[in-house]
Amino acid sequence: MTTIHVDIVSAEREIYSGLVDMVFAPAELGEVGIGSHHAPFISKMRPGEVRLKVNSHEELPFFVSGGILEVQPHVVTVLADTAVRAHDIDEAAALEAKHSAEEALADRSGKIDYAKAQAELAQAMQQLRLLEKYRRK
Amino acid sequence: MAAGKEIRNQIASVKNTQKITRAMEMVAASKMRKTKDRMTATRPYAQKAAQIIRHIAHANSEYQHPFMQARELRRVGVILISSDRGLCGGLNSNLFRLALARLRDWEHQGVEVDLCVVGQKAAAFFAQIGARIIGQTTHLGDTPHLEDLIGVIKLMTDNYEQGNIDALYLLSNVFVNTMTQRPTLEKMLPIKAEELDAGMKHHWDYIYEPDAKEVLDEMLQRYVEALVYQGAVENVACEQAARMVAMKSASDNAGTAIKELQLIYNKTRQAAITQELAEIIAGAAAV
Repeated sequence: MTTIHVDIVSAEREIYSGLVDMVFAPAELGEVGIGSHHAPFISKMRPGEVRLKVNSHEELPFFVSGGILEVQPHVVTVLADTAVRAHDIDEAAALEAKHSAEEALADRSGKIDYAKAQAELAQAMQQLRLLEKYRRK
Repeated sequence: MAAGKEIRNQIASVKNTQKITRAMEMVAASKMRKTKDRMTATRPYAQKAAQIIRHIAHANSEYQHPFMQARELRRVGVILISSDRGLCGGLNSNLFRLALARLRDWEHQGVEVDLCVVGQKAAAFFAQIGARIIGQTTHLGDTPHLEDLIGVIKLMTDNYEQGNIDALYLLSNVFVNTMTQRPTLEKMLPIKAEELDAGMKHHWDYIYEPDAKEVLDEMLQRYVEALVYQGAVENVACEQAARMVAMKSASDNAGTAIKELQLIYNKTRQAAITQELAEIIAGAAAV
């Protein structure tokens, strides 16, 4: 039986990488089974189980709470979510990021005071140079 | 012996400082190991996401996602990742210097810049110099979570979709090795198919499920998130490495300072003894 390479990765770490006989994944429109030489395919995934069939009888299950499934003829890539994500959560996070910036920035002129910036940086660099000099002494 | 006591106090205070810097050095060293491991662990996701993007860019889809269409540059968005805390050598200063150089370039070209800052240091610095900060997130800690970054990312990608910005950049430190961290500006959007080589020449397209727009929306959003997340994790590793090196040199400096002070102290003490002896002998001779 021909095998297909599969990579399952989450944002935090690599979960699985290797050759398997077949991949079963919870695609958006229902579970799909993918073997070698499958046509290019890309889909969102629902929360569920990704199962890998190895050594023709063993099955390895991995839980995903969503993600993307990409299929190329010889390689399957699963970008798995480990955390539950919802649209409104993203929206709320965006608003919060904006809010905290507005709070921190009373003066929103948008004009960068380059002279001031340069002075500040120069000061920092000067301190570093001083340290460097002291070190060499 | 007034001078002697003063020098002794000074030596004691330098020694105390050295204790602190040495402790910070060791803490940073152990944290660096952990953050470096985390950085390596998150790499596959970013790489795989980039690989899929390369494939997508080469697929002949009838649907063109806005993230892949180049527009005339009038306003750019920059997500800038810095550390929350200082005492890490020139890490943040070097990053800000690169940022300023680029901001100035853009200003000369008549391109406006919207900033999203991650980390206390960048927030403070860019607020003070009056840059246009439209979003910020701070206190990510040593283990940045994607959830903490989603806000700024969403803000920027929404802006891009609405046409408020025409390009999106990521500015952060890249971990070269323990001694070297390089500030780097990376263009995230728009994604240019010509710049990516997937090694596929023939015409083909995906089977999309449920449809091209929905999948690509999700995938491209994910790609940007992966890049920013990777940047944040890498920046933490950079911060710890830079702090370790800075604290090591501080400890070494304290050592030199102590040696010098000790020398001065011994000299003055010897001088005082010699003088006392001379006085006694002179007194004895006079009797």
